[in-house]
Amino acid sequence: MNVAELIEKTGYTLMNPAVPLTREVTGGCCCDLLSWVMASGQEGQAWVTVQTHMNVIAVASLHEMACVILPEGNTMEEAVLERATEEEIAVLGCSETGYAICCRLHDLGI
Amino acid sequence: MDEVVLRKSYDVEAGDFESAGDASAGIKATLKRLGVPTGIVRRVAIAAYESEINLIIHSMGGSLTLTVDGESVCLVSDDRGPGIASIEKALQAGWSTAPDSVRSLGFGAGMGLPNMKKNADEFQIDSTVNVGTHIVMRFHLS
Repeated sequence: MNVAELIEKTGYTLMNPAVPLTREVTGGCCCDLLSWVMASGQEGQAWVTVQTHMNVIAVASLHEMACVILPEGNTMEEAVLERATEEEIAVLGCSETGYAICCRLHDLGI
Repeated sequence: MDEVVLRKSYDVEAGDFESAGDASAGIKATLKRLGVPTGIVRRVAIAAYESEINLIIHSMGGSLTLTVDGESVCLVSDDRGPGIASIEKALQAGWSTAPDSVRSLGFGAGMGLPNMKKNADEFQIDSTVNVGTHIVMRFHLS
């Protein structure tokens, strides 16, 4: 499943609409410790986090993750979203909790 | 040693979280351009990012230098202090001296040096208190 299909199936909001949505989502990761994600993150993951600063994009980009998903109405500043677009990282937002997002990902076969 | 193909240095300023990742992204792009295998590029990029974050959080500023020859990729982190009192402790996963302000950003989990060591094929660290820290990481190309 690619990011476009994930958005279609979940109804999550794409916060940086200019980003390509073709990356395959091959796994998930739920963590707010960037150091931990640096150590254990994988290519193609959908990363669920409440961290919203610039370094989230740096870490997601280094791991070539599929997307970042912000739970419970969290948003990112415009400058961070611009960087995400440059790095081709889709940022999705929703009102669900991190736990609920992970359950959705699992139910979708990710 | 084989002839050096490329040498590139990046300055990293203390406390500059906004630019964190710029050097690592540059290093990653450079290695990709040179045709270095993806798995190695990934390991170097992770080690570079951890180095960058350490320089930003803990040092008074420093640099990251990338050198590529026919046999290996080498990453050197140099800073202007304050040095590490106990390298043994600093290499323990989970041990950190990072302040709360940095922890609230998701850093300072004590994973940096262990992660650098894990990703490099060779890892050497030397530090002198009030002078600085010098880390050499080598990644074999074959």
